[in-house]
Amino acid sequence: MSSYRKWTRQEMATRLAQDIPDGAIVNLGIGLPTLVANHLPQGREIILHSENGVLGMGPAPAEGEEDEDLINAGKQPVTILPGGSYFHHADSFGMMRGGHLDFCVLGAFQVSMTGDLANWHTGAPGAIPAVGGAMDLAIGAKKTFVMMEQLTRQNEPKIVQRCTYPLTGIGCVSRIYTDHAVVDVTPQGLVALEWVEGLTFDELCRLSGAPLRPPA
Amino acid sequence: MIDKIVPDVGAAVAGIQDGATVMVGGFGLAGMPSALIEGLIAQGARDLTIVANNAGNGDTGLAALLKAKRVRKVICSFPRQSDSYVFDALYHAGEIELELVPQGNLAERIRAAGAGIGGFFTPTGFGTDLAAGKETRHIDGRDYVLEYPIKADFALIKALRADRWGNLVYRKTARNFGPIMASAARCAIVQVEEVVELGDMDPEIIVTPGIHVQRVVKVVTLSDRDGQSGAKSEAGPDRAAPLETDATKRVAL
Repeated sequence: MSSYRKWTRQEMATRLAQDIPDGAIVNLGIGLPTLVANHLPQGREIILHSENGVLGMGPAPAEGEEDEDLINAGKQPVTILPGGSYFHHADSFGMMRGGHLDFCVLGAFQVSMTGDLANWHTGAPGAIPAVGGAMDLAIGAKKTFVMMEQLTRQNEPKIVQRCTYPLTGIGCVSRIYTDHAVVDVTPQGLVALEWVEGLTFDELCRLSGAPLRPPA
Repeated sequence: MIDKIVPDVGAAVAGIQDGATVMVGGFGLAGMPSALIEGLIAQGARDLTIVANNAGNGDTGLAALLKAKRVRKVICSFPRQSDSYVFDALYHAGEIELELVPQGNLAERIRAAGAGIGGFFTPTGFGTDLAAGKETRHIDGRDYVLEYPIKADFALIKALRADRWGNLVYRKTARNFGPIMASAARCAIVQVEEVVELGDMDPEIIVTPGIHVQRVVKVVTLSDRDGQSGAKSEAGPDRAAPLETDATKRVAL
């Protein structure tokens, strides 16, 4: 295999953020997707939604300015921007389910070639399942982006023909951003749009558990 | 005269019977009605079914109620957290039952109970393990799962401010499940930081109308945010008022 350098998490976040246009309303899932907030391009007005009842979420507060009543879905302290609003949980999830969010960005264990998402439970014996808002977000936003590593720690592909982990949603993923590539989920299958420098398309295909097509 | 203000936490949680279903507001610690939960622990009711988003953090609040072995079953969306060790141990020991519900379905099932809806079809969870065995329907090109309402005997809620009719406003993201849980419980019990006269809250900004509230208790909060800086505590309890007003007005209109 040729030598190449994977994209860092910051580079993944920067790349994904480029695809969020001015005026978009976006929900960023907990974990890796939260990084995207720090990389939104200057000059675009993008409204962040948090499942726990806030639109117009701002960055983390300065030290000493934290407010226990103003937190994000990961339960970290945040701020609210001018124009922001608060609402209760049924309204917040109605915004998702009702298709009012333009994008959501989620982490994943696996994504299938038809856009099925598995990200809430490994199904391991003894593991305590916790789903939170993942299933609502996955099927609710107009577009669901996934941000994840190309491979597991055991070097297994996370892009698969069929998810082996319990599903979060069926056919809900539009685009996958990994540390190796950007891959579109289309009715005709997976299309690799771009990939890291130094890696060939054939090599990328070997790191995917499902067939990829080159960009049109 | 209508006066829902009760003198203390003991009076607020009086009558919660063994085997009751109790909704507990809060998302993590934001909106967690800690004083009411402590009151419930002291009151002694057991064999409870708890409806909440989480299953307790650390050793306090909901976790303390679980630790006291008062809870038979938890209906929630996100029990597993970095500091949910009390729930984790009970779950692994087989001493607590868990009904896991996607968060939006949890919220909508609670809302449905309060709004008199007998059930609803939701796309959330279709085709997943959490919809296994449930009735489904294909409507206008999309697949849905039938979900039923969740109602409760009691709800324990934290709000910012109330009047004696039980009208409520909340504070920032501490609102979360409060308004829907208030409407879904036969008896909604609310702890507030401040009680004001009727008419002091602008009708345009009241988030939960008093019809959904049965008991209100003012609790002394040793809230960190009030003790954080001299400037903030000098501003007093009204400090939050203009912020709350501006933000909630948009939602109300």
